[in-house]
Amino acid sequence: MENAGNGNKKLRSWDDLKKLRAGEMAKNGEKRTVLLVGMATCGVAAGARDVSEALAAEIKKQGLKNIDITATGCYGFCYAEPMVEVRVPGKNAVRYGHVDKDLAGEIVRRHLMRGEVLDKYVLTQEVTRP
Amino acid sequence: MSDNYGQVRIALRNCGVIDPEKIGDYIAQGGYDALAKAIFEMTPAEIIDTVKKSGLRGRGGAGFPTGLKWELSGKSEGDEKYVMCNADEGDPGAFMDRSILEGDPHSVLEAMVICGRAIGARQGIIYIRAEYPLAVKRLQKAIGEAEELGLLGDDILGSGFDFGIRLYLGAGAFVCGEETSLMNSVQGGRGEPRIKPPFPAQAGLWKKPTNINNVETYANVCRIILNGWEWFRQFGTEKSPGTKVFALAGKVNNVGLVEVPMGMPLRHIIEVIGGGIQNGRKLKAVQTGGPSGGCIPEEHMDTPVDYESLVALGSIMGSGGMIVLDEDDCMVNIAQFYLKFTAEESCGKCTPCRIGNRRLLEILEKITTGGGAEKDMIDLDELGNIVRDCSLCGLGQSSPNPVLSTLKYFRDEYLVHVNDKRCPSKRCTALLRYFIMPEKCIGCTVCARNCPVSCISGERKKTHVIDQARCIKCNTCYEKCPVNAITKE
Amino acid sequence: MTNGNTAENDTAGAVNLITCTINNVEARVPEGSTILEAAKTVGVHIPTLCHLDLHDLKMVNQVGTCRVCMVEAEGRWNLLPSCSTAVTQNMVIHTNTPRAVRSRRIMVELFLSNHPKECLICERNQNCELQSLAAELGVREIRYTGPRFKTHKDSSSYSIVRNAEKCVLCRRCETMCNEVQTVGVYSTVHRGFDTVMGTAFDLPMLDTACTFCGQCVSVCPTAALTETDDSEEVWAAVSNPDIFVIAQTAPAIRVTLGEEFGMPVGTQVTGKMVAALKKMGFDMVLDTDFAADLTVVEEASEFMHRMEHGGRLPILTSCCPAWVKFIEHQFPELLDIPSTCKSPHEMFGAVAKSYLARKLGKDPAKIKVVSVMPCLAKKFEARREELTEEPAGADVDYVLSTRELARMIREAGINFGALRDESFDDVMGESTGAAVIFGTTGGVIEAAVRTAAAWLDPENPSPVIDFKQLRGIDGIREAEVAVAGKTLKIAIAHGLGNARKLLTAIRDGEASYDAIEIMACPMGCVGGGGQPYHGNNMEVLKARMEAIFKEDAEKPLRRSHENGQIKRLYEEFLGEPYGEKAHELLHTHYQKREQI
Repeated sequence: MENAGNGNKKLRSWDDLKKLRAGEMAKNGEKRTVLLVGMATCGVAAGARDVSEALAAEIKKQGLKNIDITATGCYGFCYAEPMVEVRVPGKNAVRYGHVDKDLAGEIVRRHLMRGEVLDKYVLTQEVTRP
Repeated sequence: MSDNYGQVRIALRNCGVIDPEKIGDYIAQGGYDALAKAIFEMTPAEIIDTVKKSGLRGRGGAGFPTGLKWELSGKSEGDEKYVMCNADEGDPGAFMDRSILEGDPHSVLEAMVICGRAIGARQGIIYIRAEYPLAVKRLQKAIGEAEELGLLGDDILGSGFDFGIRLYLGAGAFVCGEETSLMNSVQGGRGEPRIKPPFPAQAGLWKKPTNINNVETYANVCRIILNGWEWFRQFGTEKSPGTKVFALAGKVNNVGLVEVPMGMPLRHIIEVIGGGIQNGRKLKAVQTGGPSGGCIPEEHMDTPVDYESLVALGSIMGSGGMIVLDEDDCMVNIAQFYLKFTAEESCGKCTPCRIGNRRLLEILEKITTGGGAEKDMIDLDELGNIVRDCSLCGLGQSSPNPVLSTLKYFRDEYLVHVNDKRCPSKRCTALLRYFIMPEKCIGCTVCARNCPVSCISGERKKTHVIDQARCIKCNTCYEKCPVNAITKE
Repeated sequence: MTNGNTAENDTAGAVNLITCTINNVEARVPEGSTILEAAKTVGVHIPTLCHLDLHDLKMVNQVGTCRVCMVEAEGRWNLLPSCSTAVTQNMVIHTNTPRAVRSRRIMVELFLSNHPKECLICERNQNCELQSLAAELGVREIRYTGPRFKTHKDSSSYSIVRNAEKCVLCRRCETMCNEVQTVGVYSTVHRGFDTVMGTAFDLPMLDTACTFCGQCVSVCPTAALTETDDSEEVWAAVSNPDIFVIAQTAPAIRVTLGEEFGMPVGTQVTGKMVAALKKMGFDMVLDTDFAADLTVVEEASEFMHRMEHGGRLPILTSCCPAWVKFIEHQFPELLDIPSTCKSPHEMFGAVAKSYLARKLGKDPAKIKVVSVMPCLAKKFEARREELTEEPAGADVDYVLSTRELARMIREAGINFGALRDESFDDVMGESTGAAVIFGTTGGVIEAAVRTAAAWLDPENPSPVIDFKQLRGIDGIREAEVAVAGKTLKIAIAHGLGNARKLLTAIRDGEASYDAIEIMACPMGCVGGGGQPYHGNNMEVLKARMEAIFKEDAEKPLRRSHENGQIKRLYEEFLGEPYGEKAHELLHTHYQKREQI
């Protein structure tokens, strides 16, 4: 391990770690929209993979740019899986529950493209992060 | 930190928030800072002291003080020591640990390294069930990423401290969640408990001093190190500080994981966070602690959730299963369900658990099939107490809890089964009788044609009748009748 | 107990004494003592089942599985197993509270609810620890009526029968087989109520690496493990007028058979034993001791041959069939070091069906040889193909254990205690003290040394007969014996775990000896798997050993080569020791076996 070929990634001190963190946080600060799909066992079992694929397909179809689809763990609302959290810079994060392929398309077309929150499917909206 | 009806997310802080497969996400949330602090700013004694003062207790069920465990394994002499993580989550309906490992694997890895630093160990082992493939995959990825960044392996963060973690996949025996059975399993032996003492802190894996904690316990550690023990103690109660994750399941509207400060009343968890009972039914009881726990009746719903209170009610905190039962659930049936589980999962080493649980189960089966007598209730109570008092490990010691707690709180329900041969909740099929309501029956013959034992007779367009003597209570007629003319009681 | 409230240490190095109270009586015991041990010191009896402590043999079963010895300790919510819980300072223990007593009784009720309860027709009737326990605890009803665990009986081997339905999962056999003997045949398999003491892959015993030493049978508290019963066949042979049946009796059974008839441990019953066998209808009653002397002569010759011709040393004794099977399975690369000598009773059989048959004018095919042995492995050994020669058939036809012989004597209605002593028949019945000591650990090698010492220095025969440096009960013993200006390096092991240590050292070149004696059973044949149950009492084994040395000391001749009948056998029939005829009849070979 010590002298692995790509060993240059190794952090050699706490400062290295802090630098890496600063870089990661800067990335998060970029003006990018993020779609978080719950991909723990509960989400996957409820169909999250299909939802994730549907989101990607719709984004591609609509030709949207600067949107990341990210997998995440279980937020605890297993009854409402599959869940998709929409993080648009400068806006409240919106978490949708019971998302299927059709709703995934709607989220892209209406929420992402028109800024319209689909109230009927919203689980939480007041999510503030530390 | 988001506030969801009083929830506080410490162990679950990153679950559903970060991408568990990107170490950068974890680091952006302050990840591995606790480790750096523990290595560069704290002595092992200070780490242990912090964990001790935080009052963190084992989240796997028994609630043993974590700091004390670390201290004991730290003090034990040994050329080699191990840090183990018990991820053999096996209670039916419980999935707290799985979610943490799937959603935030680094929080566990980081805490294990901190523990290694504190007790003087260089090797960590996570014992995880093979039935958790996604958690395994994410842990493997996380270990790989942490190694790549020098956060695991040799010379962590250039400090000279070495610590490696490897996975060991369990084959699915429930008893391997018991720490000494788990160690036997890792050693290639039969998964069965050892006599304690010696405790793992003195002689654990390969007879070396070993600290073993469960997943959720570790998931709390980094925040305690970073924010201090005083911060942690602001949550929860004096004797049970911090939070506990529960897998809320059963007849509750919002099934899922909740993390609440200790001391929160059960009622708040079920009615506010869980959104109440499905279909407006009435809450009857809450089963906590899985097969090792007991059933807490509605009248005790204002009990604060902490280790001592639940034990006082004849249940346990356990790893955090919380199954909500409503008026349609039969408590004798529930007791039988859990006992069947433990009787099958007993390792068979000691007599009370091997034979006693089987005999308890047989008595319960007698009661739920109409053969019970009041004396059986006395036998259940006596034998249940003996299995609890005399078994070798926690599995057997807690296996009668579902029986003893239901006997205590739902005695009347047992009596109806025993004396009237009736199941008020209509769950014990052997005690049910199916009838065709003459006023509704249209004589379509569907029931008669589908009955597997041909015990329904009647002419076309005339009322049909079920021969009670031959009915096997398979429920087929009930499901097939197009006009809901069949009733069971 | 977790908080380790350390007792005030007296002085470093000294054994710390701990004070506890048992049934209101104060006990002071060394730190680390169990509650059971502490209770003994103040005269408190706690019933046990799985527990077994043969400390000198390193056979300690402290698994805490049966949960019969449960006691109450103040401040503890549950009951504690006294066999496996160490006392702590100021512990207050109650062994006879209603709660403890009731728990114990219910535990036995649970056992009985899962037991065939066919005591009247059981092999262990009146000699069963579960039965005694039920009697002791006054169990009068079994409240639990559920079905028993059912499984098949394994009668595949010629030595041991496994009947897991009678097993109480005390794990003694497992501890004995895995830890003491290091053979590892047994392992607990399956879960819950279906848990069973089984073999790997549920193989029949015959196909495992079992050595058939029978030590598992010796420690089994019930009839879950018993010997294969050959008495029916022997009765049939004895009652068949066309067959000439010869009985031979092993050195170690004459000091143990009396135990089966209530005599004090260590009583020599040679004369009564011979009388009983004759009453049972055996046509001749002869002595395996004769063959033991023959073995010494052959083995000493082989040893001297190897020394003189640069053969491989050490030479290992080969009279223990369990040990022979052990080396075949576990150390197949070392198969050239055991002596090629057959075990004494096999030599006896071969000679009986040739030399004796000719002397008696009998057709060897019509002679049956029955060995009475302290051993179960000899039953398997008798079935070995290499120990069979057509048309005479197997060297030995049937093997009875000491226990089986006692059963047959009772069956025949013989009042053993009242029998008048009789003597072995006149051929192949004479023996020396050297043969007698074959029955205990160190005896074979001492016998061989007595003869070798005389032979190596014929001008100046050593006056020493008792080589006491070879005696003792330590699992592995080493000694140097000066003979005729040479120093022989000798090692002795009893118990297969000890044998494994010795063999490993030899294989790895870490030890070198001239001669080694190995006995599979702890204490040698006095502790054999076919002997009367020792009741887990070490003193019984020691008394048997003393009786053996006493008999040796009383013998007029004490060196094998001085045996007159042996001399005659060579003169009349075999020719030279280790010669051609001897090779044909008295030596064997070994085969590699799988290490399952």
